[in-house]
Amino acid sequence: MRVVLSALLSHWRRHPLQLFMFIMGLSLATALWSGVQAINSEARASYDRAAATLGQNTLERIIATDGAPIPQTTYVALRRAGWMVSPVVEGQLERANLRLLGIDPLTLPREAAQVQTLEADGLSTFLSAQGQLIVAPETAQRLAGADLPPLRTDAALPPGIAMTDIGIAQRLLGLEGRLSHLIVSPNTKTPVTPLPAGLIRRAPQAEGDLARLTDSFHLNLTAFGLLAFAVGLFIVHSAVGLAFEQRRPVFRTLRALGLSAGSLTGLVLLELMVLALIAGAIGVGLGYGVAAALLPDVAATLRGLYGAEVPGTLGLRPGWWAAGLGIAVAGTLVAAGQSLWRLWHLPLLAPAQPRAWARASIRSLRWQGGAGAVLLAAALVLLMFGRGLWSGFGGLGALLVGAALLLPSVLVAVTALGARLARGVLTQWFWADTRQQVPGLSLALMALLLALAANIGVGTMVSSFRLTFTGWLDQRLASELYVTARTEVEAARMLAWLTPRTDAVLPIWNVETSILGRPGEIYAVADHATYRDNWPLLNARKDAWDRVASGSAVMVNEQLFRREGMALGDELDLPGGSMTVAGVYSDYGNPKPQVLMSPDALVARFPDVPRLRFGLRVPPDRAEALAAELIAAFDLPQGSVIDQAGIKALSLQIFERTFSVTAALNVLTLGVAGLAMFASLLTLSGMRLPQVAPVWAMGLTRRRLAMLDLVRTLLLATLTLVAALPLGLANAWALLAVVNVAAFGWRLPMHVFPADWLQLAAIALLAALAASVIPALRLARIAPADLMKVFANER
Amino acid sequence: MNAKAVLLWLLLALPAAAQGFADMGRKVDGFSLPQRGPFSFPADHGAHPDFRIEWWYLTATLTGPDGTEYGAQWTLFRSALTAGEGEGWSSPQLWMGHAAVTTPDTHLYAERLARGGIGQAGVTVAPFMAWIDDWQMTSRAGAGADALSAIDLRATGPEFSYALALDATGPVVAQGDGGYSVKSAEGQASRYYSQPFYRVTGQITVRDREIPVTGQAWLDREWSSQPLGEGQTGWDWFSLMFDDGARLMGFRMRDGGAGFTSATWIGKDGTATAMPHGALIATPLREADVADRAVPVEWRLELPQKGLDVIIAALNQGAWMGTLVPYWEGPIAVSGSHTGRGYLEMTGYGAD
Repeated sequence: MRVVLSALLSHWRRHPLQLFMFIMGLSLATALWSGVQAINSEARASYDRAAATLGQNTLERIIATDGAPIPQTTYVALRRAGWMVSPVVEGQLERANLRLLGIDPLTLPREAAQVQTLEADGLSTFLSAQGQLIVAPETAQRLAGADLPPLRTDAALPPGIAMTDIGIAQRLLGLEGRLSHLIVSPNTKTPVTPLPAGLIRRAPQAEGDLARLTDSFHLNLTAFGLLAFAVGLFIVHSAVGLAFEQRRPVFRTLRALGLSAGSLTGLVLLELMVLALIAGAIGVGLGYGVAAALLPDVAATLRGLYGAEVPGTLGLRPGWWAAGLGIAVAGTLVAAGQSLWRLWHLPLLAPAQPRAWARASIRSLRWQGGAGAVLLAAALVLLMFGRGLWSGFGGLGALLVGAALLLPSVLVAVTALGARLARGVLTQWFWADTRQQVPGLSLALMALLLALAANIGVGTMVSSFRLTFTGWLDQRLASELYVTARTEVEAARMLAWLTPRTDAVLPIWNVETSILGRPGEIYAVADHATYRDNWPLLNARKDAWDRVASGSAVMVNEQLFRREGMALGDELDLPGGSMTVAGVYSDYGNPKPQVLMSPDALVARFPDVPRLRFGLRVPPDRAEALAAELIAAFDLPQGSVIDQAGIKALSLQIFERTFSVTAALNVLTLGVAGLAMFASLLTLSGMRLPQVAPVWAMGLTRRRLAMLDLVRTLLLATLTLVAALPLGLANAWALLAVVNVAAFGWRLPMHVFPADWLQLAAIALLAALAASVIPALRLARIAPADLMKVFANER
Repeated sequence: MNAKAVLLWLLLALPAAAQGFADMGRKVDGFSLPQRGPFSFPADHGAHPDFRIEWWYLTATLTGPDGTEYGAQWTLFRSALTAGEGEGWSSPQLWMGHAAVTTPDTHLYAERLARGGIGQAGVTVAPFMAWIDDWQMTSRAGAGADALSAIDLRATGPEFSYALALDATGPVVAQGDGGYSVKSAEGQASRYYSQPFYRVTGQITVRDREIPVTGQAWLDREWSSQPLGEGQTGWDWFSLMFDDGARLMGFRMRDGGAGFTSATWIGKDGTATAMPHGALIATPLREADVADRAVPVEWRLELPQKGLDVIIAALNQGAWMGTLVPYWEGPIAVSGSHTGRGYLEMTGYGAD
């Protein structure tokens, strides 16, 4: 056995570059895949932590059916009726970008206690008049110097959340006497009294809102990881296939010496597994690096887009290591399956001549092309008629793979056409030779096609989104300044102070509530030309603004409209009674359903809505001065007055970060494709001496032959590029019109950016050129004796 | 410090509970100190937020229809982070309720915690009511009568509940020197009065078994800002209700040495005679292993001035209150020169 194994392994010793390609391809593929998985699992872990906050995942709660705050007196009445409940007040402290969680440590059930507050030194400080905020260490760093109660750190808390005494939280949030919900202690005996009307018990939520909101984002990442992995497998497939073909004589000899087909296949399998594990380990290590590099951006995106707090640092999870190695092994098996199958069925007496792996029969190409066409048809059906994110991605996958499978047939057809049109012997040989090379290069070219199409598709989507988003921001952010008061008293004083100094003071009030069972928000804006002229409406009745102003109708954001499959004029079930939908507006970057109504209608439903925010209309050149005066007059903390430009910059920054991960994955995928091409060319260059030698013998110099090789590579790359363009645009369309709608709830107009394509084409051709330089140089410098050998030895 | 000891803050609500039982051995600024003088009723039935700690402490010895003996406890503790009242959640007053039912073979207890200022727990004077959550002690005394002369009492735990009606057959009794109860040789003291003459009827429920009961009960009212002397580690407190109608309240403050004892002899007409330090002799006779501690569950009590020499035995030696501040509290039987029933409370018996 040892002898057999060493015979098998000697191949890799003699072909270190092939070994390198195998390891490299597999580890890169594993790296991209497991990097993405690491990011996802880190994020999910932090959602779980958030979901476990105050035992939300295990304890029942009592909430108001209309989503409004619960009066504190109701809480006391419930306690005095024997309910073992504990009050919680929860809210966003905008000025510190902090989620406040106010608790009463004395009644908080042990199961819900995340941090130790009932301890000797802690409690009197926690309950002191000054108060105390307990935050995660990273949050504490961010908050250093903020105008807040003293901080205490506790790593058990998710970032971005501050736990504090309920009284302190009520004061900071302006929610005195009101509670968000009540936690039901598991010790509650079946209560003697029923709950008062308007309150309901809600079962523990195993999955937090965040996990549901961010699902689509993570699915996006996973899809990209999968794409990168698939491209990487092309490299592995080509390396394994080549190694098999080259070792055919060895296999045959071993079989002839008495080794059974089973043992031989088993040994080769063992060899592959060992290589896969090595490459997998390297890949997982690299993946950790990829994830660590990308995570801060992902974290920023999740915070900006979903308000989800994910730490910027990566924890090591054993499950993730195992999954990375597993996918490397599985990938190797998939990539080597065909070769192993052939080995199993290798006829003992077949001639030892290497049946050039490059000379895969046209028939198999036909099969491949047929499969590709079927997949393309499936893609069409899925994208046109499918619903939901999975069918969107399924369609996208079918589109890409189908096109990739079809590519070799198309290239063969094009080169055949070229040969027919060609004049002159050399040109004809060139076309014919090119055509003959297509099968051998096909895997690398398919990888290139996928990478290019993904690049064009994602690039077009991002650019279209950016263009739309910038325009939308201009419309939506019509007020020059946005102000947030600390208390309603201050807000009233501000209003009086601002009215003579501005063209208009427009109140912006909002409540967070449940809309059709999902966490959503209701906004109220004043009836003003600012909105009538600028609000980014997608579709609305003519009298929409009048009807909203009169309190009889609402407008909804596109997300809500699409998800519920609404039509204008529908009745929307809202806390406090349903209202008619009169318009739809675009609301990019917001994962939540949103409803817009008049301030009166909002106050009627939520009498306690905090009335703290205004938009100010002033001549743009006065904005900065007014902001400074306002801050000075009211001694406002930082962040309470934001100018339009500030919000826009912030929004765009969030936007750019959202896609920086996508961009990075794109570049990496392209790199992997380039590598695949290099691997294939290198392989081919060794194998095609029999084809090149006669041409050389007829007088063509090695130098010219090498030049022709370069030209051939560029030609094939260009053809692939040409094929990638429509595929990429189809990809972009699917992303914008299907995947985005399913994932985020908004549909974006598509814009094309030909300049970007040129840039991409240049990069792709350069990559192809770089990949073919070494093989070409090898050909140019090959010893004539080696070419002669072709004739001396039929191999 | 063990985990339980770390939790001792509550009764005291002070940092670093290292001295004495439940940190009562420390002097705190800002709080009022007990003064000698007459009580002012009904105001003194209510809370004294300027003092650090206070309690409404009721113990009842009960008998079922088959003669089985039971005990019931209802206690509302008040503990202030700082002196005085505040509005809403900013109130520095913390409330703690303990309730228990003891049978010869079971001891069931429950604990409730609440913040002052929001109405979840508190004490009102007129009409008198002391409550935490759904546990309450409510006066049903007629006009002109002392508010505590007739009260209803209820509490519920996970495995027990009770509803008792209490009617006093004697007057409220001031403990110590006219209600000024000295706790150490250095002069630490509390304000302390009792209503030791309740007749009780009602019903207790033990693990879904409803039992009608009758018996007697004793209410203690005490407030202070620093009831323990430095070096005092806990106390053993006895309330004895003799069959002849007389009562005895006695305690021993432990300090690792001879300790400090005090007692009040209460005649059946309610006449109180304060006994000086050293008059009462309390000798532990037998210790039992309770909650990993050695706790004396049989005692000899001697008060020569009154010809008292009795043996005290716990009805259920496992009457351990495993609450945030743990202690032993249970019904006892009295035999010897006098016979009767009563309650024993023992604090500061550490597990280490």
